[in-house]
Amino acid sequence: MALQSLDIARRSATTTPPPTVRETTEVAKLIDVSTCIGCKACQAACMEWNDIRDEVGSCSGVFDNPVDLTAKSWTVMRFAEVEEKGNLQWLIRKDGCMHCADPGCLKSCPAPGAIIQYANGIVDFHQENCIGCGYCITGCPFNIPRMSQADNKAYKCTLCSDRVAVGQAPACAKACPTGAIQFGSKEQMKDYADMRIGDLKSRGYDKAGLYDPQGVGGTHVMYVLHHADRPELYRGLPSDPSISPLVSLWKGFAKPLATLSMAAIALGTLFHYVTMGPNEVSKELEDEMEKEDA
Amino acid sequence: MIRNPKDLARYTAQERANHWAVGISFILLALSGLAFFHPAFYPLTQLFGGGVWARILHPFIGLLMAASYLVIFLRFRTLNVMTDVDREWISRAGEMMAGDDHNMPEQGKYNGGQKAMFWAMSLSMLLLFVSGILLWRAYFGFPVNAVRLGAVIHAATAAVMIGMIMVHIYAATWVKGTVRAMWYGTVTRAWAKQHHRAWYRQVTGKS
Repeated sequence: MALQSLDIARRSATTTPPPTVRETTEVAKLIDVSTCIGCKACQAACMEWNDIRDEVGSCSGVFDNPVDLTAKSWTVMRFAEVEEKGNLQWLIRKDGCMHCADPGCLKSCPAPGAIIQYANGIVDFHQENCIGCGYCITGCPFNIPRMSQADNKAYKCTLCSDRVAVGQAPACAKACPTGAIQFGSKEQMKDYADMRIGDLKSRGYDKAGLYDPQGVGGTHVMYVLHHADRPELYRGLPSDPSISPLVSLWKGFAKPLATLSMAAIALGTLFHYVTMGPNEVSKELEDEMEKEDA
Repeated sequence: MIRNPKDLARYTAQERANHWAVGISFILLALSGLAFFHPAFYPLTQLFGGGVWARILHPFIGLLMAASYLVIFLRFRTLNVMTDVDREWISRAGEMMAGDDHNMPEQGKYNGGQKAMFWAMSLSMLLLFVSGILLWRAYFGFPVNAVRLGAVIHAATAAVMIGMIMVHIYAATWVKGTVRAMWYGTVTRAWAKQHHRAWYRQVTGKS
């Protein structure tokens, strides 16, 4: 969404720096999985604030509804039933964009200004510049962006950049009845997480911890997990996500290498021509043919 | 250029049309594809009516190129079988580039360099087609790791292919009297005797 009043830190397919003089505080959303009750108020608030109404789906046999992120469902609760040592744990994770400090989507995007990273850390899609190639999906280590079948544009959670721009918390955080979704500066959220982790450890969750994966430079949506040593338990949350080396090669090293190689061939052929001269048919052979015809 | 009835026919009208169907689609694909590859080339999307149109059109033009090249491949594959003479020609291509082609081994309709280019282009076309299908999100949804691999292969092969086509165009420009074979199908006898002597003997029956 383009109506924004936030400072820009990075812009897709742009090779020069954006205006960087103003300094703003990094924000973050903290999702405390241990206090989430799976009520889906966050999903409803997201739909309400962003004016998105997904198709009514069908029950897949579990609580997940809708069953996956879509272009019109920017956040979904994912329910995992984990049975260990005779205990059943119901792990509920609110899935959506993690707002990486090093966003694979932005790195992959070929359309200038279609993906923006604000100075406060929010990664936002500006659909009016989106060309619908889906490279963001290819680049994302968390499988978040979704292409709309209606307009062929990619969509995902904006972290309510429009609300944050005017000093409001994201709609999901506002709606959460248990305080499982907190919003504030990234520092504040880390402090809050420490408090929660201390509490969890005192209750016997000695592997409790913060999910702020450094492989993507840290994220601006973080989780407090009771089993931080095994994030995969939470419906496949990647344990050490990073931008795929294939994507880094494709949108990193290959770009200057290929561009310079092509320029070198173009210039090489030009200078070959002007230094060696054209390869003409020899006068001798032309005379021979003329004689033949005479 | 004066056209002489004794000029030698090198390409039929169908072959020329086939070649240019590949050529035009390649140029359009290179221009639109580069735009998605590096931001420096993004303004090229304006030639196609903007970024969205470039994204929509690129794969369809790709299908056109793949189909036209398949016909080229079937037409010319037997003429491009590599022989020992071709390998010798390639190993001595430096002499020719340095401006001295007097000692180059005698060549048939295609020289070793042209044949190598033919096979390299055929392989590139296959790679571009397969990886391009992986990337075509409007109609296909492959696993993300396959798409990532496809993206690398598509970009790398395309860059190599653009380089090869630049060499291909340059070779035709540098060797005077060549391009006309692709415009109206004939070459002079002197040209043929100089550059493709075995072919010259074959089509004229002379020594």
